[in-house]
Amino acid sequence: MTRFNAWNVIKNGLNGQSGWSRQWRDPEPKSNYDVIIVGGGLHGLATAFYLAKNHNINNVAVLEKGWIGGGNAGRNTTIVRSNYMMPGNHEFYEHSLKLWENLSHELNYNVMFSQRAHVSLFHSPGARDSAARRYNIMKLHGTDAELWDLKTLKKKIPHLNYDDSRFPILGAAVQRRAGNARHDAVAWGYARAADSLGVDILQNCEVTGITRKNGSIESIQTSRGTIKGKKVGFAVAGNTSVLWQMAELGNLPIESHKLQAFVTESIKPLLDQVVVYGVGGAHFYISQSDKGSMVFGGDLDWYKSYAQRGNLPIVQDSAEAAMAILPCLGRIRLLRHWAGVMDMTMDGSFFICKTPISNLYLNAGWNYGGFKASPASGWYFADLIANENPHNYVHNHNLERFEKGINIDERGAGPDPKLHG
Amino acid sequence: MIRINCPYCGERDHSEFSYGGDASIKYPSLEASEKEWTEAIFFRKNIRGFQLETWHHSNGCRMWLEVERSTVTHEIKSVRPCHPDLQKVVENNK
Repeated sequence: MTRFNAWNVIKNGLNGQSGWSRQWRDPEPKSNYDVIIVGGGLHGLATAFYLAKNHNINNVAVLEKGWIGGGNAGRNTTIVRSNYMMPGNHEFYEHSLKLWENLSHELNYNVMFSQRAHVSLFHSPGARDSAARRYNIMKLHGTDAELWDLKTLKKKIPHLNYDDSRFPILGAAVQRRAGNARHDAVAWGYARAADSLGVDILQNCEVTGITRKNGSIESIQTSRGTIKGKKVGFAVAGNTSVLWQMAELGNLPIESHKLQAFVTESIKPLLDQVVVYGVGGAHFYISQSDKGSMVFGGDLDWYKSYAQRGNLPIVQDSAEAAMAILPCLGRIRLLRHWAGVMDMTMDGSFFICKTPISNLYLNAGWNYGGFKASPASGWYFADLIANENPHNYVHNHNLERFEKGINIDERGAGPDPKLHG
Repeated sequence: MIRINCPYCGERDHSEFSYGGDASIKYPSLEASEKEWTEAIFFRKNIRGFQLETWHHSNGCRMWLEVERSTVTHEIKSVRPCHPDLQKVVENNK
């Protein structure tokens, strides 16, 4: 693999770009691996990378039923932030943000991480108090957080609708270190870096069956043959329940829902921040990509679904929300929209945990927030697989927390998966 | 748009309805163990294919409906009132 550096860029600029090698190999599956990760999304690839990098476990396979970057890795709005307050979640997402800050160097791949600030608008004194509480908790933990009053906000983002909006804007809760990144580059960067450490990335390799023997998984049947692994990790958010039942493990505190996102045609620089708007249960977030497109998303489609396509009422809702805060977008045209299938959990928090099967580990339940979590998710999932002992940050992120009454419910919405935004 | 055939109002857009959730859940008795209650409240089959689910015709007749719908294609096989007495009324009026 040719490294990306100034010397190689200049050299290949002079020789017609002929000196670059392919980004990752396309190996035939071996019959035996130390660890098999099912799911070649951001979380699976990051797990494989940190297994090799942090724990020296290189005999690893990542099984992907489609192609790298073709699932939820390519179906998100690429927002990275760490404004969480529940114990465990807070430390976890803050670590993730710190990993993001050095990710391009770590992977030798430009993930175009841009810390452009995450600006969460509030529209009532109650919402301001609630934001102040959350952001004070963040500050006490050492995360950057600030409140902007209306004057500051107007100076920073002058073209929001301050004049006649149905819910007047009072100010914003801001995390300056938050921002976004290029999703494809993250998937490709992790795949390339993991591959260079010896990880086999097996694309078009769909799991079709799981053979259990004496309380552990003996082998996995795939569309590319039977593969054995000493340890198996599931990282297939969206389809976790399907795989879970293939392993005859029963039910999970997860429902699959779909979330839509939208991209418009490219325009000149308009919005320097990620702007989030939430009022009366509605939910909307928007940013501008480096190409100039406005990227935005809203609520779930509100009914359970595995279909990777969205429905029209949410298109209307999101367009209305866009017009409510940025009326200047009125004549912009949509280029594309898509839906990703997500694990929505019963308390809105994720799972990185052991399972009833001794050599099976679970990484699932990422709700709306899988993209920003991917570096830390890989980090702590690899740690769990290598050391058998869940790290302090994730030791409550298991399947038993509901029975014990230690739900990690950031939003306080209760056991209804579709309500956890 | 999903079209739901409400037994009282006729076929309508799904945006008139609110999604309830899994209709196959049976709550255990009050004396049942914590394990059984945890299973009923928090754990789901999350079927990929046809499942029974509840929808509320919240912008219509406000009847709760039991709908058999595919979670992959969104095709609907059957719609009937959740309430057994209303089910009988609908049957008798056919």
